[in-house]
Amino acid sequence: MENLAEIRDLKVEATTDSGRRVEIIKGVSLDVAPGEMVALIGESGSGKTTIALTLLGHARTGCRISGGSVRVAGKDMVALTERERASVRGTSVSYVPQSAAASFNPAKRIIDQVIEVTRIHRLMPPDEARQKAVELFRALSLPDPEHIGSRYPHQVSGGQLQRLAAAMALIGDPKLVIFDEPTTALDVTTQIEVLRAFKSVMKKGGIAGVYVSHDLAVVAQIADRIVVLRGGEVQEVGTTADILSRAEHPYTRELLAAFEPKRRVDDDAAAQERKPLLEVSGLLAGYGPVQPDGLPMVRAVQEASLRVEKGRNLGIIGESGCGKSTLARAIAGILPASAGRLVFDGQELPRSARSRTRDQLRELQIVFQYADTALNPAKSIEDIIGRPLNFYHGMKGKARDIRIDQLLDMVKLPKALRHRRPAELSGGQKQRVNFARALAAEPKLILCDEITSALDTVVAAAVIDLLKELQRELSLSYIFISHDLSVVEAICDEIVVMYDGRKVEEITPAQLKTPKHPYSKLLFSSVPKLDPSWLDSLQLDKELVREYGHR
Amino acid sequence: MSTYIVNLVTVRLLIAALTLLIVSFAVFFATAMLPGDTATILLGQAATPEAVAGLRTAMHLDEPALVRFLHWLSGLLSGDLGTSYVNNVAVADLIGGRFVNTMRLAGITTLISVPLALTLGITAAMFQGSLYDRIVTIFTIGVISIPEFVVATSAVLVFSVYLKWLPALSIASDVTSIWQILKIYAMPVISLTFVVSAQMIRMTRAAVIDTINTPYVETALLKGASRPRMVLRHALPNAVGPIVNAVALSLSYLVGGVIIVETIFNYPGIAKLMVDGVSTRDLPLIQSCAMIFCFGYLTLITLADIVAILANPRLR
Amino acid sequence: MTPSSTLSQKFGYSFNWIGMIGLSIILFWATIALIAPHIVPHPVGEIVDEDYFGPMSNELWLGSDYLGRDMLSRVLMGARYTVGISLAAVSIACFCGVVLGMTAAVVGGWFDTVLSRVLDAMNSIPSKLSGLVVVAAVGSSISVLVVTLAVIYTPGAYRFARALAVNINTMDFITVARTRGEGIFYMIGSEILPNIIGPILADLGIRFVFVVLLLSGLSFLGLGVQPPYADWGALVHENVGGLPFGAPAVIVPSLAIASLTISVNLLIDNLPKKIRDRSA
Repeated sequence: MENLAEIRDLKVEATTDSGRRVEIIKGVSLDVAPGEMVALIGESGSGKTTIALTLLGHARTGCRISGGSVRVAGKDMVALTERERASVRGTSVSYVPQSAAASFNPAKRIIDQVIEVTRIHRLMPPDEARQKAVELFRALSLPDPEHIGSRYPHQVSGGQLQRLAAAMALIGDPKLVIFDEPTTALDVTTQIEVLRAFKSVMKKGGIAGVYVSHDLAVVAQIADRIVVLRGGEVQEVGTTADILSRAEHPYTRELLAAFEPKRRVDDDAAAQERKPLLEVSGLLAGYGPVQPDGLPMVRAVQEASLRVEKGRNLGIIGESGCGKSTLARAIAGILPASAGRLVFDGQELPRSARSRTRDQLRELQIVFQYADTALNPAKSIEDIIGRPLNFYHGMKGKARDIRIDQLLDMVKLPKALRHRRPAELSGGQKQRVNFARALAAEPKLILCDEITSALDTVVAAAVIDLLKELQRELSLSYIFISHDLSVVEAICDEIVVMYDGRKVEEITPAQLKTPKHPYSKLLFSSVPKLDPSWLDSLQLDKELVREYGHR
Repeated sequence: MSTYIVNLVTVRLLIAALTLLIVSFAVFFATAMLPGDTATILLGQAATPEAVAGLRTAMHLDEPALVRFLHWLSGLLSGDLGTSYVNNVAVADLIGGRFVNTMRLAGITTLISVPLALTLGITAAMFQGSLYDRIVTIFTIGVISIPEFVVATSAVLVFSVYLKWLPALSIASDVTSIWQILKIYAMPVISLTFVVSAQMIRMTRAAVIDTINTPYVETALLKGASRPRMVLRHALPNAVGPIVNAVALSLSYLVGGVIIVETIFNYPGIAKLMVDGVSTRDLPLIQSCAMIFCFGYLTLITLADIVAILANPRLR
Repeated sequence: MTPSSTLSQKFGYSFNWIGMIGLSIILFWATIALIAPHIVPHPVGEIVDEDYFGPMSNELWLGSDYLGRDMLSRVLMGARYTVGISLAAVSIACFCGVVLGMTAAVVGGWFDTVLSRVLDAMNSIPSKLSGLVVVAAVGSSISVLVVTLAVIYTPGAYRFARALAVNINTMDFITVARTRGEGIFYMIGSEILPNIIGPILADLGIRFVFVVLLLSGLSFLGLGVQPPYADWGALVHENVGGLPFGAPAVIVPSLAIASLTISVNLLIDNLPKKIRDRSA
């Protein structure tokens, strides 16, 4: 059978700040058969999105297709004129963007944007197009398919927008649809619905797809074949089953290995009476003007009580908007709580960081999700790590230099990095510096707010390993906040599940298979597994999804 | 949602009123900083102490500054602009007809420059990086960088001195035909249009390019939309707010421009009146003219803000 | 990457030729402003030509003015006033604006609200108008001009610096420094300033152009620099009578202003860029 799309020896160049040209795609070849779903998987910077966009004949600003051919339905997208390319886009090949929220024009009604393809290419009269759009909405199991189109993008939830973006891509009856990380920005409970909708529509229409993702488990559910990319080159190609069970390339194995959480082994699980390090009781925190009852208008966290023991770790898990980050900020005193008590190491802790003593501030450090914004881009690594040494411990000159080297060593960074600036480091390195700064204070407890979420799987796994190792050496405690169950599972002794600002359940990793609270059940069962049959065999309680799913 | 918009608009209006109050305060006290005694200056060094004291009482100069400010402000609000120090004529009478002249000049300039600048700004953004775009950009940087009087004197050099098409001065004595009117207004309007349009083109272009670089315009491109469609249908509706702001801010350059242009072409408007007032230190006249300009400027800016609020689809 | 030994590569910056032209013209006028008294061919007040509005000649390179004085000498000396007054005013304006702006962003609360409201109101008085009002009230000695121009452009500098500082202030590293217990001087000087200094300097350049334009405009109206001193705007003002003859006395100072302001704009649009991908 003839291939629908054939990429041969594709090369893409990017122009850097200084006007130098760098090859970012280095001779990639791949095929997509009619009706086949091919996944492009790789880390950030692997070139997966760049390759996918060339199937539409598009290269982002600063990039240029410099060699090779991209044949889609018999036409070479590279050789076509701009006008010819425009005639193919939306009809032969179409695009589902990563963030539908940003990709819908905020000034126009959804339906007008969905049927715009038929208008541009004069495919059918507007009424017929609207009819067809409503059918697609129904097929994608969108609520109220008749009227959802008459809303504006900001009036619709993220999961719905993502499906509406798929409808927009499908209305021109394309032979090939490019999905660019379409579920990355969604919560797990929402992701399932969207994935199911995509899968069934594509299967029914016999449409071929290219699915760009960094998440092997998601890809396992939807792809027929997987292409593993790294540094603009193909590492391995195989059917989904082959890649998952018989991966040959070491990089693919690394990706797979990062998926298997290594449970933390508590050294003396004998559990002699542990001393509490932090006790939080009845915490209430939020935003907005203070109401007559002395509490804030928007209560992001209510009635939160938790306990961290010395040398042990607490995980806080929940989806976006559940209040987990607000809880972290309230504990750190950045957003002072409106009610509740904080007891740290036997001492009452003031709610606001401003009224805490320097020692109290030192002993409780917080590490943020985005190392990019957590590190001052204008300072050298040495200055960043050195400041707490000087500020808390009065270290200067030689003593400070020695300590900086030790700290870099502890987070496994080469000493040569100390004169660099954050922008010259990779994402994983930046997060290590971020962590080293917290360590420099010599804290007892470190609050980790989604610190691995912005990292690639393999890098994140390495950071988690480092955290475990440091804990053994320094007898630290962590509060680990994340939306990612596998991360929390890997490092925590206790796990708190949060929903809608409240703690719904507290369990240990051993009990993860048998959560009691219905929301925990839904959340845990929604995490994709590497097993390709997981999505199809998954039975979710409709009632639960209706009650807790954000969609 | 609509009550939310009403609230936003009300807040804008209140802020404008507060700003006007602060501005009038600033204008009044800047002119009240005059070193030396106003009465002595007005009557000259030879005046008798009794005459000076009499004038002081008549002008309320012996009252505290704050009281005088309130006097002046309530006068302004009731339409009493005070009396000129120089020739004892009511300021309102001095301003009267000249105000209409200035408004006419500003109006004609606006009518020409807004469509011109929007067209150039939007098309330059549409074909960003092309030769056309580069020429427009270089031209606007050039005009923005030079003072208004250089633009105006260059216009005189070209059109009056070398080409001899137009008169250098706007002497409105023998207006008999449309051609004559055209000749009178041509030079001031050409000069002002240059000054105002350059700003407007630059800001409009920047606003449109900002919206072109958004994911939803890329999505439109990937749906097969042509470049004009991308810009006109997708970028432009979202750039209305910034563009209206650009227009308002640029029109405020009219104030600066009008001061220079009226002086150069001897055009009988309030800006010329004010510049003459500065030479003779006619404070009541200066205060009133300054307040008129500030009021005009604030009205424009507030109007632009309100249009931007109404044009924001997220608030609908 | 091929090893390269060009100057720009060595310092890790790339600088295009348009920016370099702009920079050289600025340096040229700065040098003139410094050494003008030593290089003028004739004393600025001396009448050297019997004719007025004389054309360019071998003796008088730029012709003579409305009194028959040497234009070249007057333009060279004019650079002192135009560049000197503007630079002094813009430095004061930016210093005050930036310090207030950063403080407002870090302190927040009512301090920020009141300061922003008042300075925004000041900003809504068109600059030329403020100039006229102040000159009418207190006259136009050089020191008054410097202070007036500085006051007029402080709110703009404040607004710009505050907007930048507010953006930085939302960054996590600021939160980290706050929860570390750092004081306000450290926050402003060490965490915020280094991150906004680039745009601030560019803004200083743009504001310098505004000041030059306003100063020239006031002088052109006869309300700026007063005789016997003359900046470029005042030179145009006193020689505007030569306009109908196209005399160099009115054209040259206009060109001088344009060359300075256009150069600053060109330099700012083409500032040296740091090469970030050296090791890539």
